[in-house]
Amino acid sequence: MVNEIIEGFLTAVHLISTGDPTVVEISVRAVLVSGSAVLLSMLWGLPVAMLLGLKRFPCRFIVKGFFTAMLGMPTVTLGLLLYLFFSNAGPVGPLRLLYTPTAMIIGQAILVTPITVSFVASAIESVDPEIADLAKTLGASEIQASIAVLRESSRGVLLALTTSFNRAIAELGVVLMVGGNIAHSTRVLTTTIALETNKGEIALAIALAIILLVIVSTLTLTVSLIQRHKMSRPAELEKMRT
Amino acid sequence: MRKAAFGWAVLLVVVVVTSVTATAYYLEPSTADRVIVSTTTSLYDTGLLDAIEATFEAKNPIDLNFISVGTGIAIQHARRGDADLILVHSPRDELGFLKDGTGLNRKIIAYNFFAIVGPEDDPAKIRSMLPAEALTKIVETGRNGTETLWVSRGDNSGTHSKETSLWTAAGFDSATLTQEGWFASAGSGMGETLKKADYFGAYTLADMGTYMKYVKDDLISSVTLVGQAEDLLNVYSAVVVNQTLHPRVNFDGALSFVKFLVSDEGQQMIEQFGRATYGQSLFHPAVGLLKTNADPPLAQMIRDYAFFNSTECPPEYRRGYPELYD
Repeated sequence: MVNEIIEGFLTAVHLISTGDPTVVEISVRAVLVSGSAVLLSMLWGLPVAMLLGLKRFPCRFIVKGFFTAMLGMPTVTLGLLLYLFFSNAGPVGPLRLLYTPTAMIIGQAILVTPITVSFVASAIESVDPEIADLAKTLGASEIQASIAVLRESSRGVLLALTTSFNRAIAELGVVLMVGGNIAHSTRVLTTTIALETNKGEIALAIALAIILLVIVSTLTLTVSLIQRHKMSRPAELEKMRT
Repeated sequence: MRKAAFGWAVLLVVVVVTSVTATAYYLEPSTADRVIVSTTTSLYDTGLLDAIEATFEAKNPIDLNFISVGTGIAIQHARRGDADLILVHSPRDELGFLKDGTGLNRKIIAYNFFAIVGPEDDPAKIRSMLPAEALTKIVETGRNGTETLWVSRGDNSGTHSKETSLWTAAGFDSATLTQEGWFASAGSGMGETLKKADYFGAYTLADMGTYMKYVKDDLISSVTLVGQAEDLLNVYSAVVVNQTLHPRVNFDGALSFVKFLVSDEGQQMIEQFGRATYGQSLFHPAVGLLKTNADPPLAQMIRDYAFFNSTECPPEYRRGYPELYD
C-alpha cells in the first residue's frame, strides 16, 4: 500500500512538473466547472439565506430545516434525479444538456445550494441584530441594512464559498451521472480517479487524488490567510461599525 | 441610495450569469457531429476504443463520446434516447432491445472468451473441467466450507448475464445462490470484482480482456482455470438506436462508426490491439470469420450463440445501409 502511494506521489510530481496536457485539461475543467457551480449557487442561495437570516415568517424553521437536511444529500441520489431530468426522455430533454459541462455546472450548483443557504443564514443570525437597526436609524434603506449585515457576516459567506467549492470539486455522483465522464468533454478529476482505478492504473489514480487534495487545501489555506489578515485589523472594523 | 444598492445587486447577478455562461460555452465540446456511444466497460477500460477513436476521428468529422457502463445500463441509456449507439455483449438482451423497437442494424463486431479464474491452489479442484462441472464443484465446496468461494458481478452487466445463464445451465438458480454464505455479489465492475475475488481467494467469471490487463499489471494473482469452452464464448455487437423513436439520435453518425468498426481497417485494429503489450489479442475480429467461414466450427459456435433466426440482424430490424449485410 505504501509503495503504491509513494509511486502515486512520484507520478503526481512528474505529471505536474512536466505539465501533462491531459492532467492540466481535466484539472482546469474541474476547477472551472466547480467554480462556476459555486457562483451559480450564490445567485439563488444568497437571497434565500438573507431571507432566512433576517426575516421571521411562519414555517421559517421548516424551510431552514429542509436546507440543513439537504446538506447530507447523497451525490448519487441527486445525480440520478438530475440524469432523469436532463435525459432525452425527461422534462428538459429537448435542451440536449445531458453529458455536457453545462449539466455538470447546474448539477453541482444544486448540490451546494444547501451549504450556501445554511452557512450564510447561520452567519447572519449570529450577527448582532442591533447592526441592522443602527444602520436603519442612520437612514439606510432595508436593502442597505441587509447588505450591512451581510458584510458583517462575510466570514460565513467565505466559509460557505470554500466549503461549497470543496464539496463540488470532490464529488463524483453528480458529474458521473450527468456528465458521463466523456474524454475531452466532461472528464474531471474525480471521474478520472474512478475510471483509472477501474482500469487498474492505481499510481495515476493516486496522482490525480493528490492533485485534487492540493487544489482543495491550497484554496482553504488561502482563504484562512485572507481572513486572518482581515481580522488582524480590528481598528478598521470598528471604524466600519461607527 | 436605495437605487445604488439595487444597481449593485443587478450588476452582481449580471457578472455571475455572464461568467458562468462564458465558462459553460468555453467548456462545451466541439460543434462537430457528436455520436454518444454507451459501451460495455471491457471495450473501453482496456483502451481499445480510445485507440480506435483517434483513427476514426482523423478520417471523419465526427466527435465520438464514449460512456463506459455495463451492458444493462447501456441498453437503458439507449431506451431513453440518451445514446446513439451501444456496444454490448449480451445477445439475449440485444434481442429484447431489437424487439422493443429501440435497436436497429445490429452488427457483430468481435468475440473472445470468458474464463473462470480463481486462486492458484484451486480449492474446489476445477482446473480444466467443463464450465457446468466446474460450477457444480464450486457449489459443493462452497456449501461445505465457510469461506467466500465465488464473487459475482451482480450488476446486470453482460458478464453478469453470462454468469447467470452459466448457473442455469449447471442446474442452479443464481438468485437463490446469492442468499448463500459462500456466494458474494460484488455489484462492481470487472476490475473491482477481479480484485475482490483475488482478495478472498475465490473464483469469478471474467472477460479475458480485463483479466489479462490486471494480471499484466500485477494487480491480481488469480489464474485461468476454465476457459475456451463453447459455453464461455463472448460476442460483442454494435446496435444503433432507432431514430423514428428518438428523433434527436444521430443515426447516420452512429452508422458511420459501425461501418468503420466492421471495415477491414477497423477489424484489423481490433485484432492488433494489445498484441504488443500482452503478447496476444484481447479481442478477435468476427466479421471476416463469419463471412468467409475460415474456421467453420468457431463460426458455427458464434452463430449458435449470437444469431437470431440464423442472422445477426433479422431484416425487420434493419434500416437502410444494406452494405452492412452483404
